[in-house]
Amino acid sequence: MKLEELNKIKKEHEQIVKVRKLIASEGEKLAKETGYRKQVLVCGGTGCTSSGSKKVIAALEKSLKENGLEDEILVVRTGCFGLCSLGPILIVYPEGAFYSQATTEGVERIVKEHLKEGNVVKDLLYQETVHEDGSIISLSETAFYKKQLRVALRNCGVIDPEDINEYIAVDGYQALAKVLTSMTPDDVINEITASGLRGRGGGGFPTGRKWSFAKASQNDIKYVCCNADEGDPGAFMDRSILEGDPQCIIEAMIIAGYAIGAHQGFVYIRAEYPIAVERLQKAIDQAREYGFLGKDIFGSGFDFDMEIRLGAGAFVCGEETALMTSIEGNRGEPRPRPPFPAVKGLFGKPTVLNNVETYANIAQIILNGSDWFTSMGTPKSPGTKVFALGGKITNVGLVEIPMGTTLREIVEEIGGGIPNGKKFKAAQTGGPSGGCIPAQHIDTPIDYDSLIELGSMMGSGGMIILDEDTCMVDIAKFYLEFTVDESCGKCTPCRVGTRRLLQYLDKITEGKGEMEDLERIEELANHMQSSSLCALGQTAPNPVLSTMGYFKDEYIAHIKDKTCPAGVCKALTKYEIIPEKCKGCTLCARNCPVGAISGTVKQPHVIDQDKCIKCGLCMSNCKFSAIHTH
Amino acid sequence: MTEASLNTFKGTAAQEEKLQEVIAKHKDMPGALLPVLQEAQGIYGYLPIEVQQMVADGLGISLSEVYGVATFYSQFSLTPKGKHRISVCLGTACYVKGADKILAEIENKLGIKSGECTPDGLFSIDSCRCVGACGLAPVMMIDDEVYGKLTPDQVGAIIDKYAEEGGK
Repeated sequence: MKLEELNKIKKEHEQIVKVRKLIASEGEKLAKETGYRKQVLVCGGTGCTSSGSKKVIAALEKSLKENGLEDEILVVRTGCFGLCSLGPILIVYPEGAFYSQATTEGVERIVKEHLKEGNVVKDLLYQETVHEDGSIISLSETAFYKKQLRVALRNCGVIDPEDINEYIAVDGYQALAKVLTSMTPDDVINEITASGLRGRGGGGFPTGRKWSFAKASQNDIKYVCCNADEGDPGAFMDRSILEGDPQCIIEAMIIAGYAIGAHQGFVYIRAEYPIAVERLQKAIDQAREYGFLGKDIFGSGFDFDMEIRLGAGAFVCGEETALMTSIEGNRGEPRPRPPFPAVKGLFGKPTVLNNVETYANIAQIILNGSDWFTSMGTPKSPGTKVFALGGKITNVGLVEIPMGTTLREIVEEIGGGIPNGKKFKAAQTGGPSGGCIPAQHIDTPIDYDSLIELGSMMGSGGMIILDEDTCMVDIAKFYLEFTVDESCGKCTPCRVGTRRLLQYLDKITEGKGEMEDLERIEELANHMQSSSLCALGQTAPNPVLSTMGYFKDEYIAHIKDKTCPAGVCKALTKYEIIPEKCKGCTLCARNCPVGAISGTVKQPHVIDQDKCIKCGLCMSNCKFSAIHTH
Repeated sequence: MTEASLNTFKGTAAQEEKLQEVIAKHKDMPGALLPVLQEAQGIYGYLPIEVQQMVADGLGISLSEVYGVATFYSQFSLTPKGKHRISVCLGTACYVKGADKILAEIENKLGIKSGECTPDGLFSIDSCRCVGACGLAPVMMIDDEVYGKLTPDQVGAIIDKYAEEGGK
């Protein structure tokens, strides 16, 4: 591959991708030149695939054929658009018409009415994109997308991830060409250091410094690794990047290899992500075919190749030393640091390990310069961060925002607020290693340091929104159950500490807690933080400490009053029928699995508390909201 | 090696041939054990001690090393799984939307606990940590099919569908 060849491919495919970025009028003109009157982009990410996008694509292709449109309309299967709760999603360009929750029947209408006859099917559009007067609002103007800034996700939902030509069309491999033809390894490291890019996997360590340490280590063999073992339950941004734009990770890893002097890369990826694995493998094959991987890349004399290693379901393997031990074919247990991976990493050689999202920023920094990067975000946390927004929020999905955006903007504007008129209670970030940000801190600008100050952490970017129906003790217990399961057992503070912490929480949620337990929890947590071998154990107490810090009254209610204010903890919850509201419809009595409800027709019913197993079926079935918990 | 597991292991010659191919392919690669076990589980559906022994012999490492790795990772199972593998996501996004109630309903319906297999070998239940379909929470997977936005009352009918097909 030579630079001229790269530019030639870029030129050939540029226009077809450009149609997806222009406003309608210009796009239309350009679309005609590309030979395709319209393009239909369908999300083929995991979220939309799970909600049936494969069937939708099949129906689309069939319908296009039946209508004789297959040569005029281009169908592109892309990565994630971000609005996962509304999948399957499809967008028609050049209009930019955004159809959500597409069905096979809906697709037939779209083909006939829109693609054939030219009339946008307004009732099938994402309603936020339809103005009151019936005109279409551009997607980038909707509440969900308006405040987002897509850098790491820039190509997700724009290009076909299985076609390297489309990646090249959007400046793909230009950064690599620039690095290999005009920059020294030190230039590369200096540029990344100047950008202030910090590790997006959670720790926030400066990427440039990490690279400079690995470069300084003297060894003939070094490695570049990518951590795609996204283990935080509820986080899926790395997966979406790999599914939507796998080439950008490959390009960045080659650049990292050149910077530190490595010739071999490994991507360690969860086996639970079959679509991402498949696309990444295809991308590696194509990159090799085009000569971006292999010998003498861009005639520079630099060689680099890479391979995929599948994880096997162990959360601890997200920790850098454990990940490397796992690639080596062993039980994925962490080892003490120092020596740090930059000195002695994979197979005992100097190694750089970065997370997927970190790599997704590299090519852009090289191309646009560190000044461009530092112009986004906050001084200490430049750039953007991708969050997987989930839980009790209207717009569940993937959002990328400049660092420093407030939690309120994320929840109320981008996220569309809490469904069912419920109140925001807290946002949980950092998964099992993090903590929660309560409502009184909703105006905090989000970056690495502000989250740590609040007792949480950035983590890889999972953000779970909790509403008033969530019990904070129960949530802490949920995370502890997770870390108990996932503790590898190598060191005692984590192996025994997580279990003991969970026992205290069990005791409290069963109504057997004592006030002294709160002090015992704190003491144990301090020991775990200071003496666990790796970050898993050191951070495992965070969910408990954080909820205890902000919601101590809930803990006290469980311990002293023996009640669960949110009505979640079963042992402390009592279901009761409100006589004034009960119409005696008998529905609850008929649905009760243990026959605990008695009463005559049209008379208020009663729950026998001794028989009740607190399954909640009566409450979910009652049409008159006559059953409450306390 | 217990007598019971010797009696129940029913590996075929064809399976063994495949396994040997896999071992030969990876033998000289550094860190071969994980990929070999992953493919071995693909061939046999699980990793009984007999299969682990073949892997150990093939790679020239001890059985205890193989066993240590096989029991470390949650992807590997030492016991057979059901014909249909039900996997309930207990990731955070699903949990806050009531995934525990979905799991309880399935356990109740099939009369087995998570991690177990029904006596007829038709279903096994596992919980998993996030399939990444958080937009559809709560989610369960049966084999490769994802069922999202579930409520406990939908679960029975979905499982019945598989039971009918499986009964034929």
